[in-house]
Amino acid sequence: MELYRLTVHQARALLEKGEISTTELTRAVLDRIDAVDARVKAYLTIVADRALDQARDADAQWAEHRKNGTRAPALLGIPMAIKDEVCTRGVRTTAGSKILNNFVPPYDATVMEKLNAAGGILIGKTNQDEFAMGSSTENSRYFVTRNPWDLERVPGGSSGGSAAAMAADEALCALGTDTGGSVRQPASFTNTVGLRPTYGRVSRYGVVAFASSLDQVGPITKDVRDAATILGVIAGHDPREATAANLPVPDYESALAGAQLIAPLQGVRVGVPREYFAAGLQPGVERAVRDAIRVLESLGATTQEVTLPHTDYALPTYYLLAPAEASANLARYDGVKYGYRLEESNEMWEVMRATRGDGFGAEVKRRIMLGTYALSTGYYDAYYLKAQKVRTLIKQDFDRVFAAGVDVIVGPTSPSVAFKIGERVDDPLQMYLADVFTLSQALAGIPTISIPCGFDQGLPVGLQIIARAFDEERMLRVAYAYEQATEWHTRKPSL
Amino acid sequence: MALTRVQVQHIAELAKLKLNDDEIDRMTSQLSAILDYAARLQELDTEQIPPTASVVPLQNVMRADRVVPSLPRDQVLANAPDKSEDGEFFRVKAILKE
Repeated sequence: MELYRLTVHQARALLEKGEISTTELTRAVLDRIDAVDARVKAYLTIVADRALDQARDADAQWAEHRKNGTRAPALLGIPMAIKDEVCTRGVRTTAGSKILNNFVPPYDATVMEKLNAAGGILIGKTNQDEFAMGSSTENSRYFVTRNPWDLERVPGGSSGGSAAAMAADEALCALGTDTGGSVRQPASFTNTVGLRPTYGRVSRYGVVAFASSLDQVGPITKDVRDAATILGVIAGHDPREATAANLPVPDYESALAGAQLIAPLQGVRVGVPREYFAAGLQPGVERAVRDAIRVLESLGATTQEVTLPHTDYALPTYYLLAPAEASANLARYDGVKYGYRLEESNEMWEVMRATRGDGFGAEVKRRIMLGTYALSTGYYDAYYLKAQKVRTLIKQDFDRVFAAGVDVIVGPTSPSVAFKIGERVDDPLQMYLADVFTLSQALAGIPTISIPCGFDQGLPVGLQIIARAFDEERMLRVAYAYEQATEWHTRKPSL
Repeated sequence: MALTRVQVQHIAELAKLKLNDDEIDRMTSQLSAILDYAARLQELDTEQIPPTASVVPLQNVMRADRVVPSLPRDQVLANAPDKSEDGEFFRVKAILKE
């Protein structure tokens, strides 16, 4: 058995019965990384020895649980890949940036504390676009991650390393972050599952900040059940993060029950936005998504066309708001407290300018500049305030559709399949278009999952399922019912 | 909305970014293109629309006024590019000119 191919729930079943050990599982994953990561380049940092130490501990704990008949924590002994945007105590965290090339966090992000408490084993930190700004992982200051389905193509971004690690079976589950699509779009490009939770569902404490009114942390996994498991572990209130909602965390896995019924989606109303099938959508992507909608109908769902009239404005709105927030968040990288410093001068401001000029890459500098401009005197009302108002209109589009009784909204995750490495790097606007369908949900703060729904020219296509704020359960139930009725998620690239 | 080189240099100074001549040229044309694209927001009448700063209806979340331990100083300073010999302070280059 190729243990590295297991999902979290499959591995757990075997661990419960004692048929495999976490040490075997961890070694299998590390061997897999040895075999394929030179080609895929998903990981920035691998902590093999630490992982094997943790695995030995987990084996001892599993032995106790089996002996006493007690329930082990959800992720005991499960090898995990974590996006380098997430602070890991004692393990270098770069956010894909040169300006953090030597940063070793003195503390864990809340999501890491929760994953650790659930028994997960950190295998390594995954590559990403610098500070999560990008749609292809080409903006990493270290190297380009390749799509396991076609090594000449991008894995999407910004959580491209985590998505590639899932597609290539270089961990059992992964964490990404999603500000405007950075979990969902790479999941769609790699035939994996990517879940962006409701804004406020998951704490961002200890997650390197990009645009704080948009940033969320979410799982990238091999199937929907695993996404539900990971979400259940990382969700919840955090006294250290004021936006993390003080609401109970449902048992997301139990929300999946009933998928085996003949018509599991009986009574579910699915909205299909006209605007998500507009010009620019690749015909092969449209075909796969239309087929997926027919599958939902065959499972009992009723579908109806809906309209989200401000969809076209999401892109300009996002690319004013996110850079504005980023320009403020990234002011902290000054070469004083931590990270890289370029000592070209004996004068503090000059050192700071030089440090930031060299420490940040082209896209990050572009966004800092754009955001600084949008916030500057004389332009604030025309750009930043205007974009905040349009954000209200975009949110109202969704409110209206859900208020009319639609349970979930579906559409393509990205207008295209994975594009070629280098194809869009010189044209920022073209690159931004890869996120055209994932920005409006982020602006509205509502949960969305991308799941595999077919292939176009041999490359994966993702289906997006969008729900009301804090209604991840319904979203997961629809996603799971679709997954159980199809086999796309079981397809693997040959490496 | 065409930006000028001078404007770009001014923004770079506000953002404390050192840019070389090539970067300023590229930034001038790329930012102009992005702002042109963003100008389509002006098509929308938003006179009566309130801005959304955050989708979470929260205001002034308070915590208990209680002292809790912070990270020890050596850990806070461990990542500093430069610090005083006694390990007590961050150190920066001269701020004031002579």
